[in-house]
Amino acid sequence: MTQPILNLSPPVSDEIRQTTCYMCACRCGINVHLTSGKVSYVEGNRAHPVNKGVLCAKGASGIRQITAPSRLSQPLRRVGPRGSGAFEPIGWEEALALAVEWMAPLRETAPEKLAFFTGRDQSQSLTSFWAQNFGTPNYAAHGGFCSVNMAAAGIYTIGGAFWEFGQPDWDHTRLFILFGVAEDHDSNPIKIGLGRLKARGARVVGVNPVRSGYNAVADDWYGITPGTDGLLILSLIHCLLEAGKVDLAYLARFTNAPCLVGPDGLFLRDADDKPLVVSQGAAVPFDTPGIAPDLGATHQGARTVFQHMAERYLSPDHAPEAVADRCGIPAPRIRALAAEIAEAAFNHPVTIHQPWTDFRGDRHEAMTGRPVSFHAMRGISAHSNGFQTARALHLLQILLGAVETPGGYRFKPPYPKPAEAHPAPHCKVTPGKPLDGPHLGYPRGPEHLCLRADGTPARIDKAFSWENPLSAHGMMHMVIANAHAGDPYRIDTLFLYMANMAWNSSMNTAAVMGMLTDKSADGEYRIPRIIYSDAYASEMVAYADLILPDTTYLERHDCISLLDRPISEPDAAGDAIRWPVVEPDRDVRGFQSVLIDLGARLGLPGFVDADGAPLYADYADYIVNHQRRPGIGPLMGWRGDGEAEGRGDPNPAQLDRYIENGAFYQAHVPEDARYFKPWNRAYQDWAVRTGLYDAPQPYLLSIWSEPMRRFQRAAEGEGPRQPPDHMRARLKQAMDPLPCWYPPFGDDAAADYPLHALTQRPMAMYHSWGSQNAWLRQIHGQNPLYVPTAVWQAQGFAEGDWARVTSPTGEITVPVAHMAALNPRTVWTWNAIGKRKGAWGLDPQAPEATKGFLLNHLIHELLPPKGDGHRWSNSDPVTGQAAWFDLRVRVEKCAPPPEALPQFPVLPDQGRGRA
Amino acid sequence: MTCLPGHTDKKLGLVIDLDTCVGCHACVTACKGWNDQGYGAPLSDQDAHGADPSGTFLNRVHSYQVAPPDAAPFTVNFPRSCLHCEDAPCVPVCPTGASYKRAEDGIVLVNEAACIGCGLCAWACPYGAREMDAAAGVMKKCTLCVDRIYNENLPEEDREPACVRTCPTGARHFGDLGDPDSSVSRLVADRGGVDLMPEMGTRPVNKYLPPRAKDLGGNAAPLAPLLDVQAAGFAGWLDRMLGKIG
Repeated sequence: MTQPILNLSPPVSDEIRQTTCYMCACRCGINVHLTSGKVSYVEGNRAHPVNKGVLCAKGASGIRQITAPSRLSQPLRRVGPRGSGAFEPIGWEEALALAVEWMAPLRETAPEKLAFFTGRDQSQSLTSFWAQNFGTPNYAAHGGFCSVNMAAAGIYTIGGAFWEFGQPDWDHTRLFILFGVAEDHDSNPIKIGLGRLKARGARVVGVNPVRSGYNAVADDWYGITPGTDGLLILSLIHCLLEAGKVDLAYLARFTNAPCLVGPDGLFLRDADDKPLVVSQGAAVPFDTPGIAPDLGATHQGARTVFQHMAERYLSPDHAPEAVADRCGIPAPRIRALAAEIAEAAFNHPVTIHQPWTDFRGDRHEAMTGRPVSFHAMRGISAHSNGFQTARALHLLQILLGAVETPGGYRFKPPYPKPAEAHPAPHCKVTPGKPLDGPHLGYPRGPEHLCLRADGTPARIDKAFSWENPLSAHGMMHMVIANAHAGDPYRIDTLFLYMANMAWNSSMNTAAVMGMLTDKSADGEYRIPRIIYSDAYASEMVAYADLILPDTTYLERHDCISLLDRPISEPDAAGDAIRWPVVEPDRDVRGFQSVLIDLGARLGLPGFVDADGAPLYADYADYIVNHQRRPGIGPLMGWRGDGEAEGRGDPNPAQLDRYIENGAFYQAHVPEDARYFKPWNRAYQDWAVRTGLYDAPQPYLLSIWSEPMRRFQRAAEGEGPRQPPDHMRARLKQAMDPLPCWYPPFGDDAAADYPLHALTQRPMAMYHSWGSQNAWLRQIHGQNPLYVPTAVWQAQGFAEGDWARVTSPTGEITVPVAHMAALNPRTVWTWNAIGKRKGAWGLDPQAPEATKGFLLNHLIHELLPPKGDGHRWSNSDPVTGQAAWFDLRVRVEKCAPPPEALPQFPVLPDQGRGRA
Repeated sequence: MTCLPGHTDKKLGLVIDLDTCVGCHACVTACKGWNDQGYGAPLSDQDAHGADPSGTFLNRVHSYQVAPPDAAPFTVNFPRSCLHCEDAPCVPVCPTGASYKRAEDGIVLVNEAACIGCGLCAWACPYGAREMDAAAGVMKKCTLCVDRIYNENLPEEDREPACVRTCPTGARHFGDLGDPDSSVSRLVADRGGVDLMPEMGTRPVNKYLPPRAKDLGGNAAPLAPLLDVQAAGFAGWLDRMLGKIG
């Protein structure tokens, strides 16, 4: 039989339009193929700096996201009881008029009664600008329940965080250690980087209770017990100090190790307020040219940070033998890891023959670094000791001399940017006027807390209060509970964007649904009005009074801005856009355009001109023409006459130029500015030229944190602003100026709940907004509870069995599965696969609803009552990060129920017509 | 019945690195996306938003737990698709000649115009690499993106299978395994690439690179303390330490 003749060169598509993916937060460049006007194929853009042509499982599945039956199709007004899902469609004019009718009187009388919180959006520079001009202090995005410990610890310690704000030096690193990472925002870059390390035989080590994904390909695995990463890291530091394996020259030049700690725990300073160091026997300002700061100095009775630090971690409390049992890792393994780190760092330094000049004016003939790099994420940060644990990891990087040196960890512009270069938080409310400054920031001491005159929290989420002073991303997870409780006060309107607070984005989900529907004695809802914008029929939709339907990501403008979370690389600042590569087939509008419209209707400064006329037609107009500072706008590329980079007048052709270039722009870092960025004059000058900074801002890495110490001093009774007495002990422990470890608060329940319970995010569904995708749900349509061998055997589990899982505050009944490569004291499941029946355009009998489940039902937003009458949030005491992974449970085999428990009434399909 | 070609000019196939595959499923949906609009009938989904969703995929990823008796347990992510066997058992069983192996490059394909959907080929395949499309009623399988790899409408750098182009970790490699000097053949030689289930006698063209040995610890010598800190005291440690600065 002859072979058929094939057409080996069929046409691929009619047209390719290049935009930015939004199937998660990675922001990859995509080629969207169109055939007969419809999207026919999606692939990665090879020229794009983030993904370099590759694309993940979600990205290629975007073609099914834009036709999903869960898409909202028109504005809706609630007609039935809240939570019933009974709505009537209304027009946009009516919807916007209603929103203004609710919000305008609040602005004139009590702006704080509007709480505006956004979820996983990437337009925070716009949303915060809007909220600031509205005048409410109650604004934040979702960072508080995501990973603010990681962000804040990084910024306070090294001037930048992991996440997508920096990355290992993939070209030179020799040893890469992952702590608590299943998947991350930088998902394709991490995968590309891992592939490169594997290809050249570099070593990858995973520290994670669960050996899945990235940890599955790690050359070595430390199956640590949850919540003990800080203990392990400080023990590694102990071993390195004991052996003298730290980079003394780096510590002396680029960190606050030589700074002198006075008796009050603050640095000795000169008349210009510059910290002093000792060089050749004299105390001089840290930035004096030509000095050789002495790490071993004492001056006027003050010792250096280095001595305080070394003495603490050399203590036998930090020896591997003292921590091994708690970490679940034998002491010889801890010593072996320390030896491996020291070997890579100090026996294989990386030198790039590139002269450079530091901030003191001292010239260096080469750039030498330590080829050890780290990445960490929620596994270490989503604990009540997460901030100090993340700080401990940064301290380890610092001691190795592996921050911003070849082979180590590299920042991406606009980072490095230390806490001092960020704003402090603002909360001063004046009816009818904007807030007195940006909401979110980095407090340097108690003077920056957001407190009212009576000392109570100024914000509804209690961010920047004594309960969690450094809550740099706000505390979205506390908004509904606090608003319901009227603690610290009642609000009127809750305005949410893209945040599934009635389901997977809340702790204690069932109770949150109750809070959203609960009424006061007067018959009014305790949270009187809720406005919600989303593209899809998530569980939250049923709990809103007014729905403003958003577009999908291929139908909209967006900017991925240097004012927000850009797409930079260590060697280039970068930003990007989305643009409508297809037109919506529904009566929906991009949320950012709607927000700009509302801003104009409310007459907010920044959104109307002197005559009260709207400044911007829509978000695209704003992206091009808004200037945050003169010459600085949302996008850096092709400004002014089309040639200006970073700084320049608005250019009406700017978006066209982005589209021509594949929807992104890059400004490349000069050769002599590529490393040592916090101290490198060439980098600092380039950053000023490019508009990232307004002035050079060199700084020392912060081993000893003075902001932390200022709060600790307040807890000790010093200073004019004093915490309530019941918080002193906790603050004194948590605000330690040197990284420390204490047991996660959840461990208080360990006696009755012996197991740790975690979630991981599947790579194919990282971020839940893709969970109803027709292709992806065939990969992860349900989520068993993975159980380690010891528990599996002890309970006599067999395949297909179910278990009752109990925590101190909740109970769920779920399917189980055995997993051998798992810490023996840990169970886990995939995050956010479980759906409520009827949500997301799925059949009520979908496996996501009948077998899928959330651990959220087991996690309370508050700690168990302490008998002191106070509501203690289940959060890190430094930043307020939701302590999801403190969860302790008990697992017992039970008869299989017909469906996973708990179940909730089926949500109606809100008129979309169920698939 | 269909005959296998006695010889193929090339042996095009994939080399999949199990030491590098993180199990992200990028290849799964890139394959689905391309082939849904590419060679032959679309890859249909049934009950896509319903209670029992299912669909046709030409490439799937499985994760296996391995628990050696004397080492730490580990996870292997294992992508599975047609191996384009030299002795492909799916070809001779086809009653209509629809299932065939191309003489020029060794790609095993289904001529959908001749396929009657009897399913014999899927039964014959020991790897479970073929899936009957429930909507079209024809057998679907990996085509090695035969409509990409020679496609003059694509830039030359894109003339590779969709799964290879998209793989974020670079764990998938495409080339001529019949040429001992090709990059894929050298990779197989260097890394000890293996056949899947060689005992079946199918002589797969695709190869898998096995996971490297794990959990051996670093090869670093244990760290020697500078001195006994407890005996010498912190001051003694500090002197010794800072004496190093030179």
